Amino acid sequence: MAERGVTPSQTVGPFFAYCLTPEAYDARGIAGNEIATPDAPGRRIHVEGRVLDGAGEPVPDAMVEIWQADGEGRYADAAGNAAFRGFARAETDVDGRFVFVTVKPGPVPGHDGVSQAPHIAVSVFARGLLNRLATRIYFDDEPANSGDPVLALVPAERRDTLIARREAEGVYAFDVRLQGEGETVFFEI
Amino acid sequence: MSDTTRAYPRESLSAHPPNDAPAYASTRLRAPRQPLVILPHTLTELTGPVYGHESAAPGESDLTAGHAGPPLGERIVVTGRVLDEDGRPVPHTLIEIWQANSAGRYIHVNDRHDAPIDPNFTGAGRVVTDESGGYAFTTIKPGAYPWRNHHNAWRPAHIHFSLFGPSFVSRLVTQMYFPGDPLLGLDPIYQSIPDPRARERLISSFDIETTTPEWALGYRFDIVLRGRGATPMEDPHHG
Repeated sequence: MAERGVTPSQTVGPFFAYCLTPEAYDARGIAGNEIATPDAPGRRIHVEGRVLDGAGEPVPDAMVEIWQADGEGRYADAAGNAAFRGFARAETDVDGRFVFVTVKPGPVPGHDGVSQAPHIAVSVFARGLLNRLATRIYFDDEPANSGDPVLALVPAERRDTLIARREAEGVYAFDVRLQGEGETVFFEI
Repeated sequence: MSDTTRAYPRESLSAHPPNDAPAYASTRLRAPRQPLVILPHTLTELTGPVYGHESAAPGESDLTAGHAGPPLGERIVVTGRVLDEDGRPVPHTLIEIWQANSAGRYIHVNDRHDAPIDPNFTGAGRVVTDESGGYAFTTIKPGAYPWRNHHNAWRPAHIHFSLFGPSFVSRLVTQMYFPGDPLLGLDPIYQSIPDPRARERLISSFDIETTTPEWALGYRFDIVLRGRGATPMEDPHHG
């Protein structure tokens, strides 16, 4: 079969909201910032944070998407599970803030029988980002982090940029720094 | 990282622009400076959200409908197929599009361009690809508009496309352009793609077969998502 090159990525630009996160326009979106109904297995948590640029200024026109396993470490599949889609989307506000209402994911399989610590896969989109940026959210109260094969690939001094801090019961803080001091680790996937 | 842990080949990524493209001013404070960390493809990357036909209402592929009257502008049909780089169709994938109106103005509250808003055009649409990866939208040709990237900067006419594909890895947001647009050669966003052949994949082709007599001009735009390599990795057990 003929080889075809992939279609290159382009920025979402500043004006995606009325299509991708259209609640403010009274339109129906395919996903909001809430990942699961109360029926989904797992402990309900909030993940809250800000997207910041290289000058430390908030990015008020970003979109953050998350993809994760449920509380038992299962990803949603095509068979469908109305209570848990595993995917959510949030736009940042004028202060660069986003919030996800989700469940704490369970551990999921990695390679060679090594389990991965609970984590959330993240894509960040914004004006100025020609490609979506992929990162992960881990949790600072997870002993399994020390054995996680992906965290082990990250230079030790930058690892904490991937780890959400527990702020209160059920509330975790995770900032995305696009550039500069404390720059978040982004992955080539 | 051994290649055996990557189900989607890395080479495909060379089609994409670099994060840091100085001519596109907004990258200067937003592009990461540190190298990306290369990830193996685990269950996290090989799974992804599934949005089937229930996610797009039938009327959502027609951006000219749903308002009090017809929008102003040149009515067009944009059609094509979503394939992976091995030529396999990608069925049941959600496509979301958004665009400016025919005067070059977005409905978005932050669009300050002094061009008229068309009350009969919102500019957002949604469709799910069929069994052969095919899709079609009915819309109007968007206008070019000025932006403040540099002196006398104008964006070429374009439609934004967002696709999921079968996995977290295959997620793509891109822009479709129109053939023969003189602004393409001057646009830092389009020009950010290093390989001219890859760049041209973003230009739709005028298609007389799709053009509907007395009604709408037709454009074809095929989208190619990353495909899994010929040598599959060990497939992690889905627990």
